[in-house]
Amino acid sequence: MSIVEVRDLVKKYGNLAAVKGVSFDVEEGELFGFLGPNGAGKTTTINILCTLLQPTSGSARINGLDVVANHNEVREKIGLVFQDPSLDERLTARENLEFHAVIYQVSRHQRRERIENVLRMVELYDRMDDRVETYSGGMKRRLEIARGLLHYPKVLFLDEPTIGLDPQTRAHIWTYMHELKKKHNITVFLTTHYMDEAENCDRIAVIDYGKIIALEPPARLKSLVGGDVVEIKTEDDAQARWELQEHWKVELVERGDCLCFEVPNGDEFIPNLIRELKVKILSVSLHRPTLDDAFLKLTGREIRPEGAEEGGDFTTRARASRRRI
Amino acid sequence: MADEVAAKPVEKWTLGKSFRRGSAGVYVIWLRDFKIFWRDTPRRIGAFVQPIIYLFILGTGLQSAFTTFGGGSTKFVTFMYPGIIGMTVLFTSVFSAISIIWDRQFGFLKEVMTAPIPRSSVAVGKILGGGTTALLQALVLLALMPLIGGIHITVEKYVLATIIMIVLSIGMTSLGVAIAARLKSFEGFPIIMNFLLLPLLFLSGAMFPLQGLPGWMKVLTRIDPLTYGVDALRGTILKGTNIVAGSGDLPSGISSLNIQNYPLAMDLLVLFAITVTLTLVAIWRFRQVE
Repeated sequence: MSIVEVRDLVKKYGNLAAVKGVSFDVEEGELFGFLGPNGAGKTTTINILCTLLQPTSGSARINGLDVVANHNEVREKIGLVFQDPSLDERLTARENLEFHAVIYQVSRHQRRERIENVLRMVELYDRMDDRVETYSGGMKRRLEIARGLLHYPKVLFLDEPTIGLDPQTRAHIWTYMHELKKKHNITVFLTTHYMDEAENCDRIAVIDYGKIIALEPPARLKSLVGGDVVEIKTEDDAQARWELQEHWKVELVERGDCLCFEVPNGDEFIPNLIRELKVKILSVSLHRPTLDDAFLKLTGREIRPEGAEEGGDFTTRARASRRRI
Repeated sequence: MADEVAAKPVEKWTLGKSFRRGSAGVYVIWLRDFKIFWRDTPRRIGAFVQPIIYLFILGTGLQSAFTTFGGGSTKFVTFMYPGIIGMTVLFTSVFSAISIIWDRQFGFLKEVMTAPIPRSSVAVGKILGGGTTALLQALVLLALMPLIGGIHITVEKYVLATIIMIVLSIGMTSLGVAIAARLKSFEGFPIIMNFLLLPLLFLSGAMFPLQGLPGWMKVLTRIDPLTYGVDALRGTILKGTNIVAGSGDLPSGISSLNIQNYPLAMDLLVLFAITVTLTLVAIWRFRQVE
C-alpha cells in the first residue's frame, strides 16, 4: 500500500478550479516533489493532504486513512512545515517544541531527549533557550523543520521549504531531507518552484493549472527533452529564427531574449552553427537538459517567476485563504 | 475502496482519547498564554496598576459629584470598588481574546489548528488563559480593598467573591473569544469596544447606582450580563455596609444606595447560565473557523 494515495482530487473556489482532478501515489520513504509555478495548485493540494482544506470531490488517504473522515488520525501521522512562518516568536525554541510535543502527545520522558535531538540535527542546540524573535529567517525555517519531525511523523509535508533562504541554508535543508529519508525512512512530500532543487527528489510531479502533466524521476523528466539545449543570442533574432528553421529544421522556443532549441549532439553542432549562420551571433551557450528545459518542453512556458501575471490573482487569493486559518 | 479499509484496521479516536488529547491541548494553550502574559513586564505591571488608577480618578471625581452620599462613614469609593473589579474583569477578559487575532496574523494559530487536538480544546484553552489573567487582576484589587475601601472583608466573603470573579472572567473571556474567532484584523476590535464594552460597562451598575433610572434604561440594565456579576460582587463584598445619604435626599428621593438589587441566588444563577451559554457560543464559533 502506498503511504499517500490521491484519487481524482478536485478543489474549487466558486467557479475557479484550483485543482482539477489530480491522482497519484507516493511510496513510503520516498522524497516526492511537487513542482510547478505559483498558482498551479501545489499549495491547495498539499493543504488538502494536510487536512487543512476539504476537497470539492475525490479522495486522499495517508497511511491508509482518509484525510476528511479521519482527519485527527491523519494529523498524528504527519509533520507540517508551512510556507508562512508559524512559530511563536515570543517563546524560545525549546518552548515552541515543548508546546508541540504536548499537543502531539509525545510522552513526558521522551520529550526532552527528542527536543534536544531534533535541535542538534538542525544545528540550533546552542540557541534553544533564546527567543525565536532573535533568530534569522533561515534559523526559523530550520526550527520549523525540527518541529515538524518532533512527533516522528510518517510523512513530512513541506510547502516551499527553501523559499526566501540563502543558497547555503537551502543546501543545508536538503542535507537534512536526505538524512531523514536515509535514517528514519520518513516520506518527504514537498512543493517547490525551484527547478534545481527538484532534482533532489526521487520522483517529481509537475503540476500546472491544477493538473499533473508529468510524474517521473528527475532523470526521466530530463530525458524528455531529448538532446542538448543550445541558447543563442544574435543581432537579428528574426533572421536567425528563419535560418535555423529553414536550414537546420530545429524547433525553437523563446526564452527571455534568447533563442533556445534542442539538438542531438550539441558540441559538434555549435562550430557548424557559428560558421554557417549569416547573422552575427552575440553569445552561445550549451547545456545538458535541466528540469527547466523539461518544464518548458511540457508546458511550452518557463516556470512563472514569483508573483507573476497569470495565476497571480489566484495565488493571492489562495494565500489570503491560508492566512485565514 | 472497501477492502482497502479492511486491509488496514483504522485506529479511530475514541471518546477517551479525544478527552485526553483535549485536556492536553487546553493545558498547553493555557500555559502558553499565561507564560506570555507573565513574561511581558509592562503588561504585567500595567494590568495591576491601571485599575487602581481608574479607581482613584473616577472614585475621587465622582465622590465630589455624589457629595450627598458618603457623608457617613462609608465613602462612594467603597460603593464603586466592586464595580471597578467588574470593569477590570470585563476589559481584561474581552481584550485577552485579541491574542487570537495576533496568533492568526503571525501564523501561530496554524500550528494550533492543524494539531491533532479537538478544536473545542483550543477555544477552552484560550478562554481559560484570558480568564486567568483577568482573575489575577481582580484578586489583586480585592486584596487591596481593605486598604482603599476601608472595610473589613471576612474569609467567607473572599471565597464567595473569588468564585463570582472566576465565573465572570470565564464568561467575559468567552464573549471575547466568540468575537475574535472570526475577526481578521486588529482594527475591528476597537469598534467592538465602543459598541459593546462601554454600554455593557455603563449599564451594569459598576460606575453608578442603578436607582431612579427611567424605565427603558432599567430594561437595558437587566439585559446586561455584567449587571449580575457586579451586583453579586457588590452584594457579597459590601454585605452589611450601609451607604446612606448625608445632608438631604437626592431629587429622585433616594435616601440610601442599594448594595444589592437582586437576590444573590438569582445573580449567581443568571451569571452561571450566561457564562455557560457564552462558552458554548465561543466553542461553536471556533469550530467554524476554516
